[in-house]
Amino acid sequence: MRIIPACVDFVKCVWYNLVMYKCEEITEKLAAGIDAALKKVDPDVVRLLEKARAEEDNERAAWALDQIIENDRVAECTDSYPCQDTGVAMLFVTVGQDAAFDGSLEEALQEGVRRGYAEARKSIAHPLTRLNTGDNTPAVVYYELVPGAGLDVKFLAKGAGSENMGGVRMLTPSKGRAGIISAVTEIVREAGANPCPPILLGVGVGGTMDKAALLSKKALLRRCGEPSADAETAALERDILEAVNALGIGAQGLGGRHTALACAAETAYTHIGMLPVAVTVQCHSVRHAHMTFGE
Amino acid sequence: MRTFGITNDYDITSLRAGDAVTFSGAIYTARDAAHKRMTEAAAAGSPLPFDIRGAAIYYAGPTPARSGEIIGSCGPTTSARMDDYTPALLDLGLKIMIGKGKRSPAVVEAMKRNKAVYLIAVGGAAALIKSRVTACEDVAYPDLGCEAVRRLTVKDLPLLVAIDSRGESIL
Repeated sequence: MRIIPACVDFVKCVWYNLVMYKCEEITEKLAAGIDAALKKVDPDVVRLLEKARAEEDNERAAWALDQIIENDRVAECTDSYPCQDTGVAMLFVTVGQDAAFDGSLEEALQEGVRRGYAEARKSIAHPLTRLNTGDNTPAVVYYELVPGAGLDVKFLAKGAGSENMGGVRMLTPSKGRAGIISAVTEIVREAGANPCPPILLGVGVGGTMDKAALLSKKALLRRCGEPSADAETAALERDILEAVNALGIGAQGLGGRHTALACAAETAYTHIGMLPVAVTVQCHSVRHAHMTFGE
Repeated sequence: MRTFGITNDYDITSLRAGDAVTFSGAIYTARDAAHKRMTEAAAAGSPLPFDIRGAAIYYAGPTPARSGEIIGSCGPTTSARMDDYTPALLDLGLKIMIGKGKRSPAVVEAMKRNKAVYLIAVGGAAALIKSRVTACEDVAYPDLGCEAVRRLTVKDLPLLVAIDSRGESIL
């Protein structure tokens, strides 16, 4: 067993094939990335909104879509937040097992969130006392350990209106593919106008209850509107999108053809006796960023 | 779609579910925590932070205003979270509610009883709505941060009548 001393320095890092990251640099880069991401709706989503508007013949839904598209333009032109709910900060961290840090990575990330939200709304409260922490931390952070020495962070600002509408269903395997589609459709039907449709759907299938939920978030980290590389999963995404849009909820619940703009699904192997299905509902105000460090 | 320009003194009973309106006038922001305090004050017989008779409440918690700005981004939040508090406020004279999403049957009944309307703004259109706010003043509960009660003056705020004073709904 190799023992790395606590006072590890750059030379020792090279000796052990480690890459040393400076926590202050991580914090600064993350803060800048978050600040920029919060002020801009993903251009891929704006394109999906414009396509939906061009196809929409429901007058009320068109009224809403016109405002959403104008809002995203106004936000960009005026350097304003497109939505006042700047969300809970979610960080999906992929860290190489040969990465080393000159301090606490977790603290560096939380400080990046704190600074990135300096001008944004502070929406994080204690679950029981409801006291606001005042700086939008703590962020929700997930780590994935991989070979190599890279550090990669995906940031997602998750608003409450849509997050409250997500859900997990523990189906029996006999329900199969049709059961997955109807479970997702039922969650979207119950959500109605609350999650600010048109929405994007992240769907996690398989694993365990918590794994499916995490997959439903990871699905939303893919490029919006891009189908899964796996043909069977891509077909499931198409069928879910079609079933959801047949509900007729439409933009802001006002009817029309576009309840959802896109559906992204991720799968994981599961138990012979289980078929977990999780849905994360994402509003049209998609604000996220992908940051790679150490380059 | 019929579209009307309305102000605080407009005869809202003439509006019908599905009508589009542009609202110009005064609205008070209040969301979860402010509703809790206001209904607790009302139950205790204490005065509310503003005269609720004929008033318009906007369910919103803006981002902080930056230097030189009137207000931050301020789109509507989900109205349903206010449903438990709303009938009491309607019975005290609240006339116009602005938010997003559905309302409970109890709220609709109280709206019919008090001839109030529920208007929806577009959820996530916070920068657009911000551009229609011409004045903002603090009214109450500053300790609640973004959830404090503020009096906004708005010009041409685009809204849709979701539930009219007869209880008819488009949602």
